[in-house]
Amino acid sequence: MADYKIKVWRQSPLGIGPGGGEGPGGKEGKFETYTINNIDSDLSFLEMLDILNQQLLQENNIPIAFDHDCREGICGACSLVINGVPHGPESSTTTCQLYMRHFEHNSTIIVEPFRAKAFPVIQDLVVDRSAFDRIMQAGGYISVHTGAATDANTVLIAKQSADDAFTAATCIGCGACVAACKNASAMLFVAAKTSQLGLLPQGQPEKTNRTLKMVQQMQLEGFGNCSNHYECEAACPKNIPASYIAQLNKDFLISSFTNKEFECQNDNCYES
Amino acid sequence: MSISLHAKIPDGPLADKWDNQLAHFNLVSPNNKPKYKVIVVGSGLAGASASASLAELGYQVDCFTFHDSPRRAHSVAAQGGINAAKNYRNDGDSIYRLFYDTIKGGDFRSREANVYRLAQISGQIIDHCVAQGIPFARDYAGYLDNRSFGGVQVSRTFYARGQTGQQLLLGAYGALNHQIHQGKVTMHTRTEMLELVVEDDVAKGIIVRNLVTGEISRHSAHAVIIASGGYSNLYYLSTNAQACNVTATYRAYKKGALFANPCFTQIHPTCIPASNENQSKLTLMSESLRNDGRIWVPKKLGDKRSPEAIPDNERDYFLERRYPAFGNLVPRDIASRAVKNICDQGYGVGSTGHGVYLDLADAIQKLGLKTVKERYGNLFEMYQRITDDDPSQTPMKIYPALHYTMGGLWVDYHLMSNIQGLFVLGEANFSDHGANRLGASALMQGLADGYFIAPPSIGHYLATYQPELPDSQSSAFNLALEKVDNRVNKLVNISGQHSADYFHRQLGKIMWENCGMSRNEQQLTSALEQIPQLREQFWQDLKITGSDKMLNAQLEKAGRVADYLEFAEVLCHDALARNESCGAHFREESQSTSGEAKRDDEHYSYTAAWEYKGDDNTPQLHKEMLNHDEVKPSNRSYK
Ligand SMILES: Cc1cc2nc3c(=O)[nH]c(=O)nc-3n(C[C@H](O)[C@H](O)[C@H](O)COP(=O)(O)OP(=O)(O)OC[C@H]3O[C@@H](n4cnc5c(N)ncnc54)[C@H](O)[C@@H]3O)c2cc1C
Ligand code: FES
Repeated sequence: MADYKIKVWRQSPLGIGPGGGEGPGGKEGKFETYTINNIDSDLSFLEMLDILNQQLLQENNIPIAFDHDCREGICGACSLVINGVPHGPESSTTTCQLYMRHFEHNSTIIVEPFRAKAFPVIQDLVVDRSAFDRIMQAGGYISVHTGAATDANTVLIAKQSADDAFTAATCIGCGACVAACKNASAMLFVAAKTSQLGLLPQGQPEKTNRTLKMVQQMQLEGFGNCSNHYECEAACPKNIPASYIAQLNKDFLISSFTNKEFECQNDNCYES
Repeated sequence: MSISLHAKIPDGPLADKWDNQLAHFNLVSPNNKPKYKVIVVGSGLAGASASASLAELGYQVDCFTFHDSPRRAHSVAAQGGINAAKNYRNDGDSIYRLFYDTIKGGDFRSREANVYRLAQISGQIIDHCVAQGIPFARDYAGYLDNRSFGGVQVSRTFYARGQTGQQLLLGAYGALNHQIHQGKVTMHTRTEMLELVVEDDVAKGIIVRNLVTGEISRHSAHAVIIASGGYSNLYYLSTNAQACNVTATYRAYKKGALFANPCFTQIHPTCIPASNENQSKLTLMSESLRNDGRIWVPKKLGDKRSPEAIPDNERDYFLERRYPAFGNLVPRDIASRAVKNICDQGYGVGSTGHGVYLDLADAIQKLGLKTVKERYGNLFEMYQRITDDDPSQTPMKIYPALHYTMGGLWVDYHLMSNIQGLFVLGEANFSDHGANRLGASALMQGLADGYFIAPPSIGHYLATYQPELPDSQSSAFNLALEKVDNRVNKLVNISGQHSADYFHRQLGKIMWENCGMSRNEQQLTSALEQIPQLREQFWQDLKITGSDKMLNAQLEKAGRVADYLEFAEVLCHDALARNESCGAHFREESQSTSGEAKRDDEHYSYTAAWEYKGDDNTPQLHKEMLNHDEVKPSNRSYK
């Protein structure tokens, strides 16, 4: 059993709290510190927050908003920057799979949202990551009509390509890569997505267009540039290697040469 | 509304029924399709695949999910794989065999025609998914790999490492994104459906709440699809995600849709046990561990020694003892009940006593650690991350948990409920799995429903329907909206003492103890007394802080728990009325002298479909009798 001080970011950008008053943390947001005692070391970080929220509720305070769902490291809903690190101190671990045994008794734990211009805060620790969805909508798919496919074994795929594509495909879309990057770049996310499809034969016909459109959308969303520090790789709970970024750089370069219509639409233009 | 349980199964021999149906579906002409609007609630495998495929055809689609992105639906968590009768292994698989296995696995409580169609479509699903770029496992020659799963004798399961659900969902999400990009699907994220609107016995639309702003709005359409997933976490602890719930289907039930076989709930034997009472979920550990692991408890009551210190002759390998022929590989339901039994007798291990050892020591000694790690390395890691124990050093602890719900809204062959224009897909409907689902069959069913069955079936329905959009300002919409508004207000203003979670936990306890792995009349009657009391307490003593005009997780949860508190009763009524043991439903009154489940075909060969009769009345049972023309019911034996 351990005790902690939880210093947590509270913010209510909508500015609507109970009785029409200001929400927790106000519109601009601020840190609040809470004390929580007798935490079992076998509890997960989110279960600790559940208990803190029960405590807040009992004290007539408003519980802290945070995103979560599967609690088994696969849906990508949970986020949080814990003591300065997206998903906390353990490597290859999402916040929902982080356990309190990794935190010392009587320590102060600082909890913040994933911060990025493209991820506006909705409430407290909940941010809007729909920019990722819009990047995917711009071209992150193979446009096959239901019913059009030929027998699955007519396309042979070398095991190595299938495995490489799979590694890229394990991205859970959590956004830790963006939160870890000092430029809030989404390059690792986009690279994982373009590489998954680009490495497979089915993905070839649309490759040029896909790469250009997704990169363009990434820029429009206000994500920063990649300056090759690879903090993203270190923060990725699924260990997606930054080498996919090199692959994207290469694909992007080739695509922009072969597609004359493409023009960069943003001063924050992609530099490869 | 008068209830008709007409399943609308097409004529002809079993193998020709779907083709006959396809040949006779009404069609909507291409230039008329854009005039029709379909609402889809849910963006999991079933909802995303249906939305994308309907939009590809030209219909306007509005898709709703309470998640922040369609990609987070709980389909994402499926691990093992997806079945298809491709017979790529040349091991004797066929459409018929997949059909047969599914019927038998479901303990003869499903509709033959539906199951046969599922098996027929299974191959097309794999074709489509490969075309979408889903990175299924392959062999060195570049061909798709298969494994055997869930105790069947052929290798028909396609998989993408341990993350098949995630990959399939990303494929469906891609197809959905394509249509969103084309402007044919309007996606509403962080939006929860709270009411179905029904006018003149026809589904006309839904009422939703925006979870960020609290705004309540109305949406009308020519057809409504519910693909909202299963209700396992009614039991509080389950392998499902935190937000999985019964609200969408239960709200439809209260508007007249029949709820079929609610008591068919599947329990998975190998989950990581709860280690303390604040735990929020149970994580599934793949069943494959039972291939090499031995399950045991100490022979001596209250033996607190560490497992390594307990010599072999003081261990009770109770599955091997009770089921010498199958040993640790008995089916899911048998294993689960045996584990619970032994723990109820006080032999359980771990801090709560709700756990048994799953020991790989013998396998490690025989095969070497390297081989064992090759097989189960990722599971070892996952287990260690959660429990801090290394399974290569000390046995794992496991305990059964709620995992999947075969029950759901009643649908006919067209996947339409008894309410005209309300279609139900995926885990939310009751079709195909009978009283017990086989491993790797839920993903198959969700995608069959969404990609291949719903699109022509809905076209068939729409073809007879006028293209004017139902008026969303009608009195039915006004009433439904008002109801949602009142309910939300009521919930925020109770000002009691306890959180929604507190009540959910209590409900889970009542259900697990009285309507869990094995059920009897006395327990079920007791549950039916306790649930209304808890519900009353909930409505008097719930506490929510913050307003309904902000992101308020407590309020969201309270609405879902409120529905669970009513639905639990329907489930118990169903369990009580079915006085036979079949599939996952074990009635203690219906067992052989050796404790085996006894099915009663003479009295219970039907689908139980429950009709809402008002808040203060018992729901009414309707029966759809099942015909077993093709496969004669036999005993599911594991000896
Ligand atoms: C841990 C685990 C492992 C599994 N492994 C396998 C496996 O290996 N093979 C297999 O075949 N099956 C497996 N299953 C079962 C299978 O994953 C599910 O049955 C299936 O994915 C359900 O898909 P669905 O589309 O019906 O529902 P879901 O994927 O649960 O989607 C439900 C959707 O509905 C939305 N929704 C719900 N209610 C509302 C509402 N009121 N308003 C708005 N939106 C709403 C949600 O936001 C979500 O988008 C597993 C299940 C679990 C839990
Ligand atoms: S809650 Fe799903 S990944 Fe953490």
